[in-house]
Amino acid sequence: MTRPTFTLRREWIHGWLLLTPALVLLFAFTHLPALSTIWDSFFSTPRGQRAARFVGLRNYETLLADDTFWQVLSNSLWYAAVTIPVSVGLALLMAIWVDGKLSGRSFVRLAYFAPTVLPLIAVANIWMFFYTPGFGLIDQIRGAFGLPEVNWLGNPDLALGSVMVVAIWKEAGFFMIFYLAALQAIPPQLREAAAIEGASRWTFFRRITFPLLMPTTLFVSVNAVINSFRMVDHVFVMTEGGPDNASSLLLFYIYETAFKFWDTAYASTLTVVLLVLLSALALGQFFLLDKRVHYR
Amino acid sequence: MTQTALDRWLNTTGAWVLALIWFLPLVYAVWTAVHPGEFATRFALFAPVTVENFVNAWNAAPFARYFLNSFLLVTFILIGQFVLCTLAAYAFARFTFPSSGVLLTLVLLQLLVMPDILIVENYATMRKLGLVDTIAAIGLPYIASGFGIFLLRQTFKSVPKELDEAARVEGAGPLTVLWRVYVPLAKPTYLAYGLVSVSHHWNNFLWPLIVTNSVETRPVTVGLSVFASVDQGIDWSIINAATLMTSGPLLIAFLLFQRQFVQSFMRAGIR
Repeated sequence: MTRPTFTLRREWIHGWLLLTPALVLLFAFTHLPALSTIWDSFFSTPRGQRAARFVGLRNYETLLADDTFWQVLSNSLWYAAVTIPVSVGLALLMAIWVDGKLSGRSFVRLAYFAPTVLPLIAVANIWMFFYTPGFGLIDQIRGAFGLPEVNWLGNPDLALGSVMVVAIWKEAGFFMIFYLAALQAIPPQLREAAAIEGASRWTFFRRITFPLLMPTTLFVSVNAVINSFRMVDHVFVMTEGGPDNASSLLLFYIYETAFKFWDTAYASTLTVVLLVLLSALALGQFFLLDKRVHYR
Repeated sequence: MTQTALDRWLNTTGAWVLALIWFLPLVYAVWTAVHPGEFATRFALFAPVTVENFVNAWNAAPFARYFLNSFLLVTFILIGQFVLCTLAAYAFARFTFPSSGVLLTLVLLQLLVMPDILIVENYATMRKLGLVDTIAAIGLPYIASGFGIFLLRQTFKSVPKELDEAARVEGAGPLTVLWRVYVPLAKPTYLAYGLVSVSHHWNNFLWPLIVTNSVETRPVTVGLSVFASVDQGIDWSIINAATLMTSGPLLIAFLLFQRQFVQSFMRAGIR
């Protein structure tokens, strides 16, 4: 009986050894930083000679009284609430279109997908030009209809919406790919059977396609949630969070707090909020949608 | 299931209108970049075509250096990811050892908590390691990729166990089996993951912006943002030329390998 135990032990050691390099980096740059973010949020920011000292919940009290934080949080939630359903919905529509018979299908597919491979920082430059008051393409088209100039990025009421449009444009094509893959995995026999039964296209979509796409919807929407809190590149280029923080998002505010105002402790506190928010949303989504997901 | 002519017409029109809207920003960028500045906001069918904007942009900032940096960065990340993720995925797919379930959960947690969010702590870590403003610092947080490990684990699990056992009977060690059996069979996954990873890191901006501050390390995305913001008297033609240059390598690769690119994203998505 010694031999099986010996090989088993050896297998354990091999397994752990293979994992070690990845785990070291994973802990160094994901798990430990996540934990020390929480730890640091209870301390003050070290400045010059003064080391960080324990301040308990002081940072969180500052947070509750920080008007900018509340505005940024509400911006982020609005941003998520609009960009996620719109880009996922558009992605599904796009996928259905390019999955079916369509003249010029390969161009259409290319057009939808192209924004995905471009750096957001680069396309934000192009969009900024579109939004330029007077000059920009949007105002030129409006001008042709006799409509007045609009300062899309400079108006506090419009800036966040303008930023959202760019995000949707960037994301929809990416999510489309996952839907397209799922659509192509649906057996054609189902469609034939439904045709024999005389089911309408809408009934087929509602009763068969859509339920079969639920696992993809779950996957895509969890990704969309994570991305909506992670993507801020276009904010850097187009508005820098302005005017008056009208288009600032949580991660952008964290960046400003840490690397412009060098208040790292407060930035950690903000990061904790972001982590809690992300976990809650992703988990909630998982449990909410999981019940309605019909796995194949 | 009958599709009327009207129905088909509506769908085709809808799909095309959306496609044109989606393509418009690119077309517009190309238009402004290849015409003299005064045509940036004025359409004239026979406006003179020029490459001057590209030349000006190229000379206005050290783009050659930025491209080299981006190239080194994505190469470093890709090699690191391939090696580390392969080893870890192999361990999860074919070895039984205590706490492997917990460890896998820890790996998958990274899909939710990406290094992009932990900028404050990761910057502090890089400072302690003395790595600030190096290409290694841009890449290190991304090398142990939870997505890569998961993707390769799924692929390795689909390899028939008999192949593995046959090789072992021949006296091959675990690493030899990995290299001779698993890696060759997972080639499509490596291609798919490689494309996703390269495009992601070529395009990444926030973390490189934070951790670099010199021309010698900045990737093209950060270089472009420095270029576009320093230039106060905004010349859109030059900025658009620079923008296209930055996206150029990926865009050309995408146009050439469109089918493979899309399919690899799809394959990556299925699992």
